[in-house]
Amino acid sequence: MSKITAGVTTSHVPAIGAALDLGKDKEPYWEAVFKGYEFSKKWIANEKPDVVFLVYNDHASAFSQEIIPTFAIGCAEEYAPADEGFGPRPVPVVKGHPEMASHIAQSVIQDDFDLTIVNKMDVDHGLTVPLSLMFGQPDQWPCKVIPLAVNVVQYPPPSGRRCYMLGKAIRKAIESYDDDLNVQVWGTGGMSHQLQGPRAGLINQEFDNDFLDRIVNDPDELSKMPHLDYVKKAGSEGIELVMWLIMRGALNDDVEQIHRFYHVPASNTAVGHLILNNR
Amino acid sequence: MSLDKPYDNIPGTVIFDADMSRKGFHLNQFCMSLMKADNRARFKADEKAYLNEWKMTDEQKQAVLDRDYNRMMALGGNIYFLAKIFSTDGLSFQYAAATMTGMSQEEYRDMMLAGGRKPDNESTGDQTDE
Repeated sequence: MSKITAGVTTSHVPAIGAALDLGKDKEPYWEAVFKGYEFSKKWIANEKPDVVFLVYNDHASAFSQEIIPTFAIGCAEEYAPADEGFGPRPVPVVKGHPEMASHIAQSVIQDDFDLTIVNKMDVDHGLTVPLSLMFGQPDQWPCKVIPLAVNVVQYPPPSGRRCYMLGKAIRKAIESYDDDLNVQVWGTGGMSHQLQGPRAGLINQEFDNDFLDRIVNDPDELSKMPHLDYVKKAGSEGIELVMWLIMRGALNDDVEQIHRFYHVPASNTAVGHLILNNR
Repeated sequence: MSLDKPYDNIPGTVIFDADMSRKGFHLNQFCMSLMKADNRARFKADEKAYLNEWKMTDEQKQAVLDRDYNRMMALGGNIYFLAKIFSTDGLSFQYAAATMTGMSQEEYRDMMLAGGRKPDNESTGDQTDE
């Protein structure tokens, strides 16, 4: 049977991808960000996950205003990097795991979470920047990826509670898959940031550090935090943090934190990153 | 009965809800079209002509021509869609965000380097709570 061995959370700031793609990662501004992932790259090279179940949000790339799915699971063979207005990122095509993805969709839908099934989509920085942060710049990504896109573009996104409970259903699905695969669940986005309006640039370090503490040690209570608290305290785009709760719901109640990193700023955003051992 | 909007009193923040989404539909769909290189080239060659292909209001078109992102958002634009415009211009998210705050690029960059805009009562809207 497959096993979820670890959870990873990370911000997915587009400028991080651009810095890497344009060779600016050794500049002091960006070096301070990438430094927080040095441990992670070594760690994951040893862990060698077969599949990463990657929770992210599409930033109006695969989904326009025509269709806005709250939760969409990718069941395709592969996903091309999206052209977000400046050409696609020069990163490898992302290989999917259609059999496991379909198994998860079937299991989770029968557990009352009505996922949208996506058989063709491009993936934007929300998905590819976390891969770059964890794996660097390989010729091919070293694992299969199952994307789960969460709507955080049009209000309301799903509640933190709903996300947390979905994580639990995803765990049940993954752990009932016959093949013996090493699976990691990643929750991406956040931390505090606001990209729009006169309040742009909002960063709340106190909120972020409390969130980092509680997602490890008190996720059940944390999952009850209402949307408005995220938006008020962590900025209009800080709401992305609900996606971390899907990752956390898929892990044991007690986990071991093996890495934690927090840094301000990357462009407009506070960067937060955790690795949680689920063994 | 209309839906609650408990987020209406957050200063300097437009929440992109269903009402804004309806208002901005054509503006946002125009933005999506800029994900294709050919469309970007046509837009750059003649912005007005390209905008006239879309069922946008004159106000929305003017806001695009002015690159007035606060105005575009007030008219239903969503930042992730609008990102296609400044990406087409070769400009960064930080550049666009700075223009929305009324700060210069340098002032905004320095604020971020110093830890960002602080979440005081004024910025979180807590002063207006009961």
